[in-house]
Amino acid sequence: MSHEPIVEMRGIHIGFPGVKALDGVDFRLLPGEVHALMGENGAGKSTLIKCLTGVYSIDAGEIVIDGSPRQLAGTADAQEAGIATVYQEVNLVRNLSIGENVMLGHEVRGRFGISWRATHRRAKENLERFGLGHLDTRLPLSTLSIAVQQLVAIARAMVTKSHVLILDEPTSSLDKQEVSTLFGVIRQLRSEGVAILFVSHFLEQVYEISDRMTVLRNGRFEGEFLTKDLDRSSLIATMIGRELSTLAGEHEVRDGVAPGQREPLLVAENLGRKGSVGATDLAIGKGEIVGFAGLLGSGRTELARLLYGADRPDSGSITLKGRKTAIGSPAAGLANGIALSSENRRDEGIIADLSVRENMILAVQARRGWMRPLSKKDTDEIVDKYIKEFGVRPADPDRPIKNLSGGNQQKVLLGRWLATRPDLMILDEPTRGIDVGAKADIITAVQKLAEDGMSVVFISSEIEEVARVSDRIVVMRDREKVAEIVNDGTVSAATIVAVIADEEGTAQTVAALDVSDETFPGTTSTSTPTGTSTSTERSES
Amino acid sequence: MSVQTATAPPETPTPPAGPLARVTGWMRTHTTSLPTWAALVIFVGMVIYAEIVYGRILQPSTTSNLLINNSHLIIIAVALTFVIITGGIDLSVGAVIAFSSVAGVMLANAGWNAYLVMVLMIAFGATFGLISGWLIQYLNVQPFIATLAMMFLARGLASTLSTVPERLGDDSPIRALGTQIKIYDGPKVNDFVITPGVVIALLVVLGGFFVLHRTRTGRTIYAIGGKEQSAQLMGLPVHRSKMLVYVISGSLSGLAAVVYTARLGIAQNITGVGWELDAIAAAVIGGTLLTGGAGFVLGSVIGALVLGLMNVIISRDGSIPPEMTTVITGGVLLAFVLLQRAVVRRRE
Repeated sequence: MSHEPIVEMRGIHIGFPGVKALDGVDFRLLPGEVHALMGENGAGKSTLIKCLTGVYSIDAGEIVIDGSPRQLAGTADAQEAGIATVYQEVNLVRNLSIGENVMLGHEVRGRFGISWRATHRRAKENLERFGLGHLDTRLPLSTLSIAVQQLVAIARAMVTKSHVLILDEPTSSLDKQEVSTLFGVIRQLRSEGVAILFVSHFLEQVYEISDRMTVLRNGRFEGEFLTKDLDRSSLIATMIGRELSTLAGEHEVRDGVAPGQREPLLVAENLGRKGSVGATDLAIGKGEIVGFAGLLGSGRTELARLLYGADRPDSGSITLKGRKTAIGSPAAGLANGIALSSENRRDEGIIADLSVRENMILAVQARRGWMRPLSKKDTDEIVDKYIKEFGVRPADPDRPIKNLSGGNQQKVLLGRWLATRPDLMILDEPTRGIDVGAKADIITAVQKLAEDGMSVVFISSEIEEVARVSDRIVVMRDREKVAEIVNDGTVSAATIVAVIADEEGTAQTVAALDVSDETFPGTTSTSTPTGTSTSTERSES
Repeated sequence: MSVQTATAPPETPTPPAGPLARVTGWMRTHTTSLPTWAALVIFVGMVIYAEIVYGRILQPSTTSNLLINNSHLIIIAVALTFVIITGGIDLSVGAVIAFSSVAGVMLANAGWNAYLVMVLMIAFGATFGLISGWLIQYLNVQPFIATLAMMFLARGLASTLSTVPERLGDDSPIRALGTQIKIYDGPKVNDFVITPGVVIALLVVLGGFFVLHRTRTGRTIYAIGGKEQSAQLMGLPVHRSKMLVYVISGSLSGLAAVVYTARLGIAQNITGVGWELDAIAAAVIGGTLLTGGAGFVLGSVIGALVLGLMNVIISRDGSIPPEMTTVITGGVLLAFVLLQRAVVRRRE
């Protein structure tokens, strides 16, 4: 495959107000290869794709397609340049027929305008290429399953005889069978010389289908690798920007209560929600800190939202303090003593224009109902207590919260939820984007709360932090819980990364973890992948 | 060339067994045209009912009057159909008609060439539409607000021009569009007559049908109503098409002004108050979904005729007070909206 690249992007810069979304990213795509674009959520994958499809215009850099520099000013431009895109959400219109969706904008025209007969015939020919010849093109698109719609979307994308096909998370709503159909289509297109850019957070699929990968992190280019040269642990280390060897850390085992012996506070069985989190079993003990670890988008937040009632589960049950409890709304979660501090501090947390005081009493007041306002005395008591306890600076309850730093806002939010005296406090990314001092304050506060008997779910992208704080770590991957690790003091971030990276060995890992901790001697020697696909060699084991 | 993979079995509905199953199967795959067919059935039902109860409905003179008196409504119903299919709305239609007709009549009376005046009347409408479209597409103003602004603007300008009825000169060639042409000579006054205005309305309907169903622009309009973002990502000319529907709506309002003025011979600044709502009602009754993406111009024509026929029936009956017209219109509209909800829910 010694072709010239069909797409070459050099030094791409793009910024949105207040954010540098892409910072000097290089990317190239060769004909006849499947190229995976990897990175955590927010790493800039979607932004890069949108630059290439003309949705965003770049601030600096160069896009060369087929040897000539191009300015892409819109989707139509990109299509003109031979770049077709299929997005995660099926971007077809459900109100029109299957055939029309395939041919929209390319309808065959006769003497009296569009010739529907010829258009449908052409649509059928295009669908046949992808093994969809049996579809009746005159039926509404809405009669098809999402998976088939996705394939129709690819057929539509290739109507223009594009040389480049971008697939942005095309498999997220497909089952195994459907994925293999899709991969059949991808391989066929690759053999025809189409360059395919594939984005997926399913590592297994990436390793199955891709020839080469480019890794992005925080809007920066981290490297381009041949898939066969980069094992999964190294890939993840690259994605989260750590050297594998530095991922060690330590956790002091608190009070010596073995995890199995804690009185359970909350037991979730089979808890799940379609398209959000697969059925999950989970137990949280009294006074226990349970960490949720996983890449961004692995389902950590979604699982937390189910526990709190922010999303309604469609399977499974929650047993709280020994009683089956239906938690279908945040109000119900709050009433049952569960509080969630959202990862999205700005949009779902603080109310920017209200004062520190008002922000802090919000949850208590909500729990009491608007008919029974808190007295001035109670309010001041709560506000003074938490301002002092967490060291909110400036210690002025009347200041609008938007004027506080992120770390202090986070402290106010912690106070808000703790004022409701929850039994279970869920902290989603409580330390994101705040300075080291505030971070330490918050972690100390969390540990103290747990010692006082409050159960805590601790979610963080900083895996070291999870390893340090948690008594037990639930590892999430691809919207499933894949393992549960008891933190006996030897668990480090590297252990967790190994579990996240390991695909095939999942079943054994989980089984092994349930039996004993011995499978985790500090670093990485979990069960080896069985059977078929790529073997995972870990660099430092 | 084809991929040898285990694709899901054909998703075509299994061949229906009995006649009932065939009907439900048809309904499943034709959900978008269902309300239009319902409108047609109800219209036919109304005609039959009126013929039996009041008589003299299915006769040439009544039919002629129905068409002549509603030709302007048919034109703006087509206009609204275009806009509503994209998921938008145009509230300025009635006011634009008022401005266009007052300005047109004043210009004609001032001695301007009648044909130029007619073209100008359409151009005034197009200009209002262009401004609405520009506000909506490039300044991201809600269609409701943008066209509401145009409505006040046009109505206000019409009032600035004149607040009294402006009478079109008796010899003006514009009146020719309102002259009745006898097609069928029935007994006594029971003739089938049409006006050039009716012909224009029918041409508009045919043109609208052609554009929506036989051109890429038309299909883009449907795609925008289905999901604008998808249409954009499919590389369709969304911006241009969205502007275009408001220009079409404005131009057709200008045309409706020409037809209406030609028939009445009088233009007034208070002409057309609430007509946009009649046109929206006609489109909705005819099966156009207010959420966009589904609708037919022919359906809107039926909707306009349903409204027109209702007026005929009420005036024939004599015992129904005229105030009830609005109540009945409301009831009919409500029934159709509920029907649409049922259809949409099934589709989801």
